Amino acid sequence: MILLRLFLVFSYIGLFNFGGGYAMLSFIQQEIVEKRGWVSDSEFTDIVAISQTTPGPIGINCATYVGYTAVVNDPEIQSLSAPYAIHICGIIGSVLASVSVLWLPFIVMILVSKLILRYKESTVLKSIFGGLRPAIIGLLATASLSLLNVANFGSPSADTKHFIVSIAIAIVVFIGTYLKKFNILYTTIICGVIGILIYG
Amino acid sequence: MNIELFITFMKIGGFTLGGGPAMVPMMEQEIVNKHHWLSKEEFLDIYAVSQATPGIFAVDMASHIGYKLGGIRSGIYASLGVVLPSIVIILLIAIIFSHFRENHWVEAFFMGVRPAVVALLAVPVFSMAKSAKISWHNCWIPILSCFLIWICGVSPAIIILIACLGGYLYGKYKLKKQ
Repeated sequence: MILLRLFLVFSYIGLFNFGGGYAMLSFIQQEIVEKRGWVSDSEFTDIVAISQTTPGPIGINCATYVGYTAVVNDPEIQSLSAPYAIHICGIIGSVLASVSVLWLPFIVMILVSKLILRYKESTVLKSIFGGLRPAIIGLLATASLSLLNVANFGSPSADTKHFIVSIAIAIVVFIGTYLKKFNILYTTIICGVIGILIYG
Repeated sequence: MNIELFITFMKIGGFTLGGGPAMVPMMEQEIVNKHHWLSKEEFLDIYAVSQATPGIFAVDMASHIGYKLGGIRSGIYASLGVVLPSIVIILLIAIIFSHFRENHWVEAFFMGVRPAVVALLAVPVFSMAKSAKISWHNCWIPILSCFLIWICGVSPAIIILIACLGGYLYGKYKLKKQ
């Protein structure tokens, strides 16, 4: 049953997610897209685009949307014939995914908040984070590397125009956001308009 | 109290673009300056704990602030408040978008957006590498962890556990040497 599996995977992701929203995107991409294939590569990329441009925590936006999509894509759910059944299951999946990602960290927070405050300046906590932070940067890198594929960029041989345009967009957006602090919302909309002008 | 907490966090969740870190200034404004629920120092302590505990940063902040003000029940109200706008907005988009995904113009729009998303995901790698003080001595850690996750399919959870353990042991070893 997809709902139970969704609950287990998202609880697991929530518990081990250190390092903020972007680290969680990598985590979701690894567990849901790469390993389990519940959501396709291009669906996931679209979900990330929408999660970044809507209000709220990116991790929750992404979990909600992935929860919906994973349930709607599930063959068992698709075989349901009642009207609106697929959407209703999708809604249940999305709420379930976002709640699953929250409940374990909530318990951890209540149990350890006092401990962490007491040992905030301790060398033990500092050395643990000295190992953790660099590893999280590796995790962050996996999301963009895994999504650097034909589904998102087009094939260099079969669809050269799409490929060249995509590479150009990626380079300009990277430099603009990293060095010039481009606004993510406007950047996404402008790239979409460029897409309509070129491919529309 | 709980309802007020819920509404305050709903406002914070519904009106901030750019994810968790972008919410901190607005949280401080609402919690410390406007409602005087916490002092600036208490707020900064919660900020430190939320960075060190697992989970979604903004929700960690919300649940911790709620918990501190009125126990577990208030913690739940505050966390649900901060995520409710996200869930509602995303669900509306998901349901509407599922009807238009095959549309020619929508597909063209996203063909332009997808490479930008990949580039946007690469940016935090470099900006966080700067703030985490990655140097020639420890740059092998992100490279190795990325390789293990991306190529070998190792779960990020295992990498995180190993990294914590490695950092702990290295700290102990350094202390012994001194």
